[in-house]
Amino acid sequence: MVRVGPVAMNKIPVAIIGSGNIGADLLVKVMRSTLLTCTAFIGRNLRSAGMLKAQEMGVLVSAEGIDYIKNNPTCCKLVFDATSAQAHVVHAETFKALGITCIDLTPAKTGPMCLPCVNMAECLSELDVNMVTCGGQASAPIAYAIGQTQDDVDYVEVISAIASRSAGPATRANLDEYIHTTEEAIKKFSGAKRTKAILNLNPATPCIDMQTTVLAKVGSPNLEKLKPFLAELVARVQRYVPGYAVLVGPLIENGRIVVTIKVKGLGDYLPAYAGNLDIINCGAIAMAEEYASMWLQRSGDVKKERLV
Amino acid sequence: MTKPQVLISDPSLRDGNHAVRHQLQASQIAVYCEAADAAGIPIVEVGHGNGIGASSLQLGESAISDEVMLSTARSHLKRSRLGIHVIPGFATIQRDLKLAIDLGVDVIRVASHCTEADITQRHIEFSRTAGKTTYGVLMMSHMTSPTGLAEEAKKMESYGAEGIVIMDSSGHFLPADVADRMKHLREALNIPIGFHAHNNLGMAIANSVAAVQEGATIIDGTARGFGAGAGNAQLEVLVAVLERMGYDTGVDLYKVLDAGDVAEKSVVEVVPTISSVSVVSGLAGVFSGFAKPVARIAEEFKVDPRDIFFELGRRGIIAGQEDFIIEVAAELAKGDSRHKSREALATNVIELKTTRAGNEQRS
Repeated sequence: MVRVGPVAMNKIPVAIIGSGNIGADLLVKVMRSTLLTCTAFIGRNLRSAGMLKAQEMGVLVSAEGIDYIKNNPTCCKLVFDATSAQAHVVHAETFKALGITCIDLTPAKTGPMCLPCVNMAECLSELDVNMVTCGGQASAPIAYAIGQTQDDVDYVEVISAIASRSAGPATRANLDEYIHTTEEAIKKFSGAKRTKAILNLNPATPCIDMQTTVLAKVGSPNLEKLKPFLAELVARVQRYVPGYAVLVGPLIENGRIVVTIKVKGLGDYLPAYAGNLDIINCGAIAMAEEYASMWLQRSGDVKKERLV
Repeated sequence: MTKPQVLISDPSLRDGNHAVRHQLQASQIAVYCEAADAAGIPIVEVGHGNGIGASSLQLGESAISDEVMLSTARSHLKRSRLGIHVIPGFATIQRDLKLAIDLGVDVIRVASHCTEADITQRHIEFSRTAGKTTYGVLMMSHMTSPTGLAEEAKKMESYGAEGIVIMDSSGHFLPADVADRMKHLREALNIPIGFHAHNNLGMAIANSVAAVQEGATIIDGTARGFGAGAGNAQLEVLVAVLERMGYDTGVDLYKVLDAGDVAEKSVVEVVPTISSVSVVSGLAGVFSGFAKPVARIAEEFKVDPRDIFFELGRRGIIAGQEDFIIEVAAELAKGDSRHKSREALATNVIELKTTRAGNEQRS
């Protein structure tokens, strides 16, 4: 599993803090990356499923939480924070003080919101970027396409359904932050006057794939203008999230623009139904690799490869 | 000897909003609140059909804001307590719950799908800290086993809920199903338990009676049954039946009958009946609030609304997932899964009663 060897020297050392579903899935993805390597997997309980997974993969683990980073400030150049919104607010201070770049996977939004298919380049100058939310990563590209092609975007609403089993305790405790952060992202990327986000956890068996619907009220809907722009943006997302696909639309129903997206995951940590893990984690990895290639290019180690 | 008591909670102005596509007006809220208050209804629940913060394209936009609904109700309720329904995932503490508390609500019912109680923790704790009477509500309660339901209810109790109400949101239960669930809740909990019926299979009153006989002390009823789909347990009938059974509800019979008349005259657009589609919705175990959007979308896509309901039931779609109606209708319009759903549902209904029990065990 763990790829070490000659290429390891050219990889950027990263740490992952938060050993839940998001953290464990990120770890699998980091270890597959040709530009990143995980030098510390940090949680609070060595016996949690995520920690056991990391140990099994031969990755250094710590149960010291943020103290591990404080005590080992040179362990990484970049950290993924997959804890909770409340915890990230505290962590962000530490990372800033230590000069460690942070990709925040909680809905804390202490840094600017990053949507890799839209604003990756401008995020590179930041030390703390926020990956919005899983529903935000799935819906904001659609909202952006609507904002870029429609006049007078009054209202955009995004509804995500995820399998109950894919939502761990932090996700469940952070529903309010999820909603506020997603709404802010949709506003930012669509320019809509009003936005709303809704999240449903569905316990059906077999588990449902992540599905996100975007509903929009605009001056006079122009689907012909929207379709090619949307197709281009979807293709851009697919470059880092292969299981991202349009399921319904764009169509007009009851005066609203309707687009439904389905996100199949790669099945790295949780099974493929957990597209909600992939949509945010693949985005985070794409962003981290962009930082990595920028840093490696500066040190002359690798030719810059743009991912998006 | 004092009579045993049952607490009546009346969500006519909340569940009824589903029946009028969330178009209730302030004047209607005012007139019904006055009538309910005069009848001594203990709790009057007001809001969008899916509770505060739920006005949306997905579910239907309210004609008036939560603020107008709640402040109107507040000024017309003197004795009755003002209640709200709150679903985390739709309503947030900062945006919606604080506002409702500022507007003077007394009773906060925090609801989740029957297997997802842990998403209610923060809202329940906030509501208790604010000193409000706080209940936990488990919706679509036919979609888990009686033991699973009791486990979720216990979680809500541990967060601070002062009572647990289970909702038969699809009108799917028969009286024995309700009795079984109430028995499990009663044995698992140290707080009052309650029941909220829908009438898709004509069981709303019978199911409410079964709940009371198994120890439920909180029962929901709405004027003329004004609620989603086939409607709820009809409040006027419920009060009369409970009186005959020897329970004390504290509600004035003549005045609750008057309130029913007021509702029919000024609030209820069409008195709920069990339509053909409602029967199918109940059988399929699909949320009653889907009735209006399914009717609209079936017409737009030229498909049979009954096929949509059976397919939604087969997929285990829950309340709040209205966007799936379009996907299913589009698929049916292509001729894909027409008629297959009903056969598949036979298997699914059995599954609802057995294997979904294991669903609560999550990471």
